Amino acid sequence: MLRILSLVLAVVLFPALSAAQDLQDILQEHQKVVAKPSRKTVGPVLNSLAASGLPEAPVFLQSWQDKEVYVRNDDGLFYYAEKSGSTYTIKDLSSGGIVAEGLDAKAIKQIKPNGGVRKEIAAALVQFQLSDPNIDRRTDALNAISRNMDPSQLVPLQASIANESDAGLKLRKEKLANYLTARFGETTDDRIAAITNMAGDLSVEGRAVLSQILTTEFLVSQEPLTDANIAQTLEIGEDFTQIQAYAALVENADFPAPLGEKDLRLALEEQVDGGKIGGFPVANLQSQSAREKAYDVLAAEGAVEKRVTAEDISSAVANWNFYNVFVEKDVAVTQAALKAQKAVTTKVNVNQFFDLSLDAISLASIYFLAAVGLAITFGVMGVINMAHGEFIMMGAYTGYVVQLYITNYTASLIVAIPLAFAVTFAAGVLMERLVIRWLYNRPLETLLATFGISIAFQQLAKNIFGTQARPLTSPGWLDGAWIINDVVQISYIRIAIFALALLFLGLLLFILKKTRLGLEVRAVTQNPRMAASMGINPDKIKMMTFGLGSGIAGIAGVAIGLFAKVTSEMGSDYIVQSFMTVVVGGVGNVWGTLAGAAMIGIFQKGVEWLNPSNTLAAQTYMILFIILFIQFRPKGIIALKGRAAGD
Amino acid sequence: MQRSFFKENPSVLWFLAALGLFTLGVTVLAEATGAGLISTSFVKTLGKVLCLCLVAIAMDVVWGYCGILSLGHFAFFGIGGYAVGMWLMYARTEEIVVDSLSGRVIPPTQTEISDAIATQIFGVVGSSEFPLIWAFSHSLVLQLLLVVLVPGLLALVFGWLAFRSRVTGVYLSILTQAMTLALSLYLFQNDSGLRGNNGLSGLQNIPGFEAIPQSMISIIFFWASAVALAAGYLLFTRILSGKMGSVIRAIRDDEARVRFLGYHVESYKLFIFTITAIVAGLAGALYYPQAGIINPAEVAPIASIYLAVWVAIGGRGRLYGAVIGTAFVSLLSSWFTGGSAPNVNLGFYTIQWTEWWLVLLGLSFVAVTLFFPGGIGMIFDKLARASK
Repeated sequence: MLRILSLVLAVVLFPALSAAQDLQDILQEHQKVVAKPSRKTVGPVLNSLAASGLPEAPVFLQSWQDKEVYVRNDDGLFYYAEKSGSTYTIKDLSSGGIVAEGLDAKAIKQIKPNGGVRKEIAAALVQFQLSDPNIDRRTDALNAISRNMDPSQLVPLQASIANESDAGLKLRKEKLANYLTARFGETTDDRIAAITNMAGDLSVEGRAVLSQILTTEFLVSQEPLTDANIAQTLEIGEDFTQIQAYAALVENADFPAPLGEKDLRLALEEQVDGGKIGGFPVANLQSQSAREKAYDVLAAEGAVEKRVTAEDISSAVANWNFYNVFVEKDVAVTQAALKAQKAVTTKVNVNQFFDLSLDAISLASIYFLAAVGLAITFGVMGVINMAHGEFIMMGAYTGYVVQLYITNYTASLIVAIPLAFAVTFAAGVLMERLVIRWLYNRPLETLLATFGISIAFQQLAKNIFGTQARPLTSPGWLDGAWIINDVVQISYIRIAIFALALLFLGLLLFILKKTRLGLEVRAVTQNPRMAASMGINPDKIKMMTFGLGSGIAGIAGVAIGLFAKVTSEMGSDYIVQSFMTVVVGGVGNVWGTLAGAAMIGIFQKGVEWLNPSNTLAAQTYMILFIILFIQFRPKGIIALKGRAAGD
Repeated sequence: MQRSFFKENPSVLWFLAALGLFTLGVTVLAEATGAGLISTSFVKTLGKVLCLCLVAIAMDVVWGYCGILSLGHFAFFGIGGYAVGMWLMYARTEEIVVDSLSGRVIPPTQTEISDAIATQIFGVVGSSEFPLIWAFSHSLVLQLLLVVLVPGLLALVFGWLAFRSRVTGVYLSILTQAMTLALSLYLFQNDSGLRGNNGLSGLQNIPGFEAIPQSMISIIFFWASAVALAAGYLLFTRILSGKMGSVIRAIRDDEARVRFLGYHVESYKLFIFTITAIVAGLAGALYYPQAGIINPAEVAPIASIYLAVWVAIGGRGRLYGAVIGTAFVSLLSSWFTGGSAPNVNLGFYTIQWTEWWLVLLGLSFVAVTLFFPGGIGMIFDKLARASK
C-alpha cells in the first residue's frame, strides 16, 4: 500500500523533475530488477517510472505486463520485439524505431513477470490512467473500474481525486471510490460509512454494489451453523419443498439421487426375464406404483440398487439444516448494507411509480391523439366513422411520402403536418359528401358503409405502399430521452406527443367554444332545423366539421407514425381503442375524451405494472374493464344532461 | 299446425328444396360418391360455405330481425371451433403418442401418455403441461357440450350486462366488437393455453376414422353442414313466426314502444342473442374440422364485420337473403383471391384481382348500403310479389 501511495505522490508532485531522463536510462538503473522482477523488488522501478512522467511509461508498463518486453543478452538493454518466422525484430522503447532485424532467438530473452508482479504493474497502470492529462483516457479508466471492481483500485483512485480538474469526473471518482470502499474498505467503520452514504443512491451501479455485498450462498449442514453470517434459515414447506430440499442435499452432501420415472423404467427394462420383471408380468406394469413394487423386489434380490423412497427423503431432510449465508463475513457490514438496500428499494419504488405515471400519461396522450378526431365526428356529430383509423394511416403515409422528397427531417415534419391535415381534410369532406350525408339518420348503416370504405382504403394503401412497414423518421432533436435519474426517464418524442395532445385539446376547445364555426357546429348538432332557420347552412357545417375531425386524425397519424410503424393496418390497431376512449369518456364532449384517454392509459399501465411481461394481457383486461365500466356509467364519465343527451 | 307453419312461411319449403337439390347435386358430382367432377377440396369449400351460411342466418336473426348489430358472432363461431378442435387435437395426438409408445418393453403409464401428449401439443409454446381449460379435452361428449355451453354462457352474461344497462345501437356494436377484440387478444397470448398464435391444427384428421379417405370425410361433413343449415333455418323460422317473432321485429322498429306496451324487452333480446350465439358456436364446430386449422386471427373483430357485410349484401331481414349473400360473397371472394379471376389490362395498369378484390368488395359494400339496402334478397321479394 505504502509503495502505491508514494508512487501516487511521485506522479502528482514531481513529474517535471526527472523529465530529462530517458525511459531506457531509468530501466538501466534497475536493470536486474526489470529483467527478473519479483513482487518484492519491483516497487522502486514502478516508483521511478511514475516519477519520470514520461508519456511512453504507461505503454511500457502495459507491454511489460503483457510479456512483450525483451532484454538483449550482449548489452542488457530492453527492447520491444516481434517474432517474424524464426527470427526477431527489436524496436526501441521510446521511439518505436527498428533497432535490429533478423536476431536469433538466443540473442534476446523475453521478460516474464509472474502473477504477483503483473498485479503490481496493473495497479500502477490504473494510477497512470487515472491521472492521464487526456480526459477521455481518465473516463475510460473509470469505466473500466466500474465494470470490474477490484480491491487494488481503491487507493490509486482515492489518490487521484484531489488533483482531478474536471468537476463532473471528480464527482464520479468520489462515487466510485465510495463504492470501492463499501466493498473492499480496510476497516468495518470505513465500509459502514461508505454503505450508509449509498442509502439515497438510485443508480444501477450503486444497487449492484449493494447486492454484491449482500451476495449469499446456499449451505447445508447437519449441525446448526453458529459462526456464519446467516442471511436466512430455509424452512421446508415455507421457503421450499421437501423435494427441492432433497435435491439440494443430493447436490451439496452426496446423497443418492432419487430415481426418476424414466430412469426407473429404463432400469426395469434391462431386467426383463421371460416376459416378467421381478416376478410381475410386464403387461401389468402400467402404473407407477406397480413399477415401484417390481423395482423393490429386484432391489431386495440385489439385482438393482435400492431406490430412494419417500421415507428416505423425509428422514434425510429432517436431519439437515439449510441456510443462505452471506459471503461477507462481517455482520455489521451486511446489516448496514441491508438497511441501505431497504432505503434504496423504497426510493426506487417511489421513483418507479413516478416513471409509470409518466408512461401512463404518455399512453393516455397517444390514445387522446388517436381519438380526438373521433371526438368530433363521433362525439359531436354522432357519425360512426369506422374509417377513422384509415385517416390516421393516411396522415402517417403522407408524412412518409414527404420525407421521400424532403430529406431534412425537421423541415419535412413542418411540411408534413399541414399537408397531412389538408389531405385527410379533403378525404373527409369527400367522404361526407359522397357517402355519409345520405346516412345521417341511419347510424348502423353508416357504421357498415364506413367500414367498407375502411377495407377499401386499407387495401389501396397495401397496393400502393406494399405490405412492409415504412419508416417515418423523427428529427434528431426528438431522439433521446429526458433522464431525470436512473429510474425515471421519458423520451423526448413522448413529451412532444403530450404537448401535441395538449395543443389539440386547447385548439379544439377554442374552435368549439370561441369561434363562429364552433357556435354553428354546436347549433347544428343540437337542433339542425332551428339552426337552419337562423340562417346557418347545416349541410356546409356538417361537411366542415367532418373535415376538421378527419384532418386532426391525419395530424395524429403523423405523430403516431413517428414512434410506431407505418403500415396499412396501423389504423385498425387504434380504431377500437379510439371508440372506447370516446364512449368511456362520454359522447359529445372533448373533456370527456380526455378523461376517457386518461382512464384507459392509466388502467392499462397499471395492469402492465402488475404483470409486466404481457402487454396483450393488459389490453385484454383493459377491454373487459371498459365493458364493465359501461355497465355502471352507460353514458361515459362526463355525460351530457338534458335534451342534448338525446334518447 | 304443421301445415299452417309451412303455409305461413312458403320460403322455408323453397329453401329446403333448393338446399336438398344442391346437396344431391354435389353428392352426385363428388369424388367419393359420384362422378368425381368436384374435387375434395372444393367439397370442403362448399361445406364450409354452408357453415358460414348457418352463422350468417344467426347473424341475420340478431341484426336483421332484432336490430342488434352484433360484431361478436364470429367470436362465438371461433369458440365453437376451438372447443371441438381441442378434442380433435387431443384425441389425434393421443393416437400418435400411444402408437409411438407401444414399441416399449413395458407398457406406458397413464401419466407417461398424458405427459407425452402435452409435450406434443404445447411444445410449440414452450410448455409441457395441460392448462386447466383442457380438462375435458379427452371426451368428445364433454367438448361438444362446451361447444354449446361456452358461447351460450358468454352471450348470456355479456348480453345480460349490456341489455340491462340499456346499451343500444352503435354503442352495443362497439361493445361487442370490444368483446371480440379482447377474446382474440387473449387467444393470441402464448399462455392462454390454446397455443397462442399457432392455433390448433391438423383438425381435418378425425380420430378413429383414419381408414376413411378425406374425400369421403369431406362429403360426410358436407351433409352434416347441410342438415345443420336446414335445421337452423327451420329453428329460426319457427322462432320468428308467430307472436314472438312479431315482438322481436317490433323491438327492432321501436324498442321504447314495445317496452311501454308491457313486454320485457331485455328478455327477448337476451334470448335471441344467446340462441344465435349457440347456433354460431355449432356452425364453428362444423366449420373448423373442414378447414383443418383454427388460429386467433380467425376470431379477430374484422371477421365479425365481414359477417355483417355478407348479411347486408344478401339483404337483411330475410333468412334466405343471409344465405344468398354469404354464399355469393364468400365464393366470389375465394374465386378472386384464389388467383383464378382473369386480370384486367387497362393498358397503363393491370388490375390484379388478388390485390384489388378487397377494394372492390369495400366499395360495392358502400354501394349496397347506399343504393340497395335490401341487398340481393330484394330481387326474390320482387319476384315473389310479381307472381302473386
